[in-house]
Amino acid sequence: MPNAARMSLTLLNVLTLAPAALALPDAAPHIAFVPVLESPAPSAEPALPQIAAQAVTLDHGPARPAELRALQPLGEANAFASDASGGVRIGKVDVLKGGKLLLTNAISTVEGSSGGGIARWATIGGRQMPGGIGISGHASAIELADFGWRSYGVALGFGDRLELSYARADFDTRDIGALLGIGQGYTFNLDTFGAKLRVAGDLVYGESWLPQIAVGVEHKRSRDGALVRALGAADDDGTDYTISATKLLLARSLLVNATLRYTEANELGLLGFGSAAGAGYKLQFEGSLGYQLSRRAVVGAEYRSKPDNLGLGDDDWMDIFAAYALTDNLTLAAAYVDLGSIATIPDQRGGFVSAQVAF
Amino acid sequence: MLLTTAASAFLMLMQQAPAEGTDWDAEFGVETKERDPVTGEIPVEPYDQSNANAGATPYDSAGLVAAFGGREGIARIAARTVELSEADPRIADIFAAHDMVRLKRTLSEQFCYLLGAGCDYTGRDMKTAHTDMGVTKADMNALVENLQSAMREAKVPFAAQNRLLAKLAPMSGDVVER
Repeated sequence: MPNAARMSLTLLNVLTLAPAALALPDAAPHIAFVPVLESPAPSAEPALPQIAAQAVTLDHGPARPAELRALQPLGEANAFASDASGGVRIGKVDVLKGGKLLLTNAISTVEGSSGGGIARWATIGGRQMPGGIGISGHASAIELADFGWRSYGVALGFGDRLELSYARADFDTRDIGALLGIGQGYTFNLDTFGAKLRVAGDLVYGESWLPQIAVGVEHKRSRDGALVRALGAADDDGTDYTISATKLLLARSLLVNATLRYTEANELGLLGFGSAAGAGYKLQFEGSLGYQLSRRAVVGAEYRSKPDNLGLGDDDWMDIFAAYALTDNLTLAAAYVDLGSIATIPDQRGGFVSAQVAF
Repeated sequence: MLLTTAASAFLMLMQQAPAEGTDWDAEFGVETKERDPVTGEIPVEPYDQSNANAGATPYDSAGLVAAFGGREGIARIAARTVELSEADPRIADIFAAHDMVRLKRTLSEQFCYLLGAGCDYTGRDMKTAHTDMGVTKADMNALVENLQSAMREAKVPFAAQNRLLAKLAPMSGDVVER
């Protein structure tokens, strides 16, 4: 065929094809094709090749889910793209995407850290996976024989590595306040700023003999400086140093935690730090045992030893708890707590309820 | 618009149309593997078969095997885990490119061997089997959840479920690559 004729033919093809391609529906895969003429064209009037009006659909039988998704139109690609599992992706960091197994972010302690109700664990708060950022918030209430105690806090989790937390504790002395001469319903307030770094191991995976191990600090500031000094404390702020080891022993459905805490805090710091008489840092122990009833439910017990720097008869604490992951993001916990003697008032037992929201 | 069209037309004009009936697979060196007509599996490179490839020592407990519904129950759970994972948007892409017929068989053999139900594991070891898959810890968690769903559907008691997971969890180091 003469080159000019061929050229005009191809040009025509293209011109005809362009609007057709634009009109193609984007729902199903189509392969539109233009026959390439190699044989000599008819002599007199070259018949224009028909462009396939009906697109060819590939048929391999019922499409599998993976194929269906592969054929879906691509979503808008941008730095904040989110996917089906929720969360947003900012650069290379998944924010609030979640991914942790249920309950493996633990609940929140009254000091704001990820852990049991009263014992710090080596777990990292939030539901993020490595490379992600997560957040959790909690509200807890402890009702004792003579006191009411509230704790609120938030924790940020960075991958499976770092946790930063803040918690506020309000300890209401109710009638005992009048009895102690500090005023009816006097409330002690404590701010706790925590940081925890995972240094080795994994709560669930890896060798069963290697627990998740984390080191951390909790810096606490009492908002009742004058009063706690009058009660005999040396200081109104102080820092606890902790090392924790936590492991889920799957073969026994058992969660085991042990934490060593080097602290000078009196009643967590609510009553200040150390004593004017010179008592200071001591090593204390926190232990937890939990039995997994299901993916969502765990029951267990905790023990926490405490120093008695002020000579007010500070007792060791213990609790029996149950936690339930109502959804991926909401965990409820309830416990029976025995805090012994607090500020010389004995037999402080009662109930603990806590709600934690995590992403 | 017109300029673009003219340019496309020029490009189309200049290219040589390939001959009819070109074997593109041969041109690009694509090797097609036929499924075995008997097993339905795609053949794999030869490797040393050993129960050690299963990655852990088996339990010896008739009660545990019974909790999983014997060998048949174990095979159903393994197949169901694979099906759930194929349909799971979080990890389906990892499974899409692999032989699910073979995976169902080898996974079933591995569970059966580890639970002490008297099977031999004929698959590859965990490190080799997961090479270059780029599995993350999040993918691993998704698979665990699917396995838990499959076991829950089969009414396996939770403590027994955890005993199987206890054998699998230490293998994460060989599976998770990034």
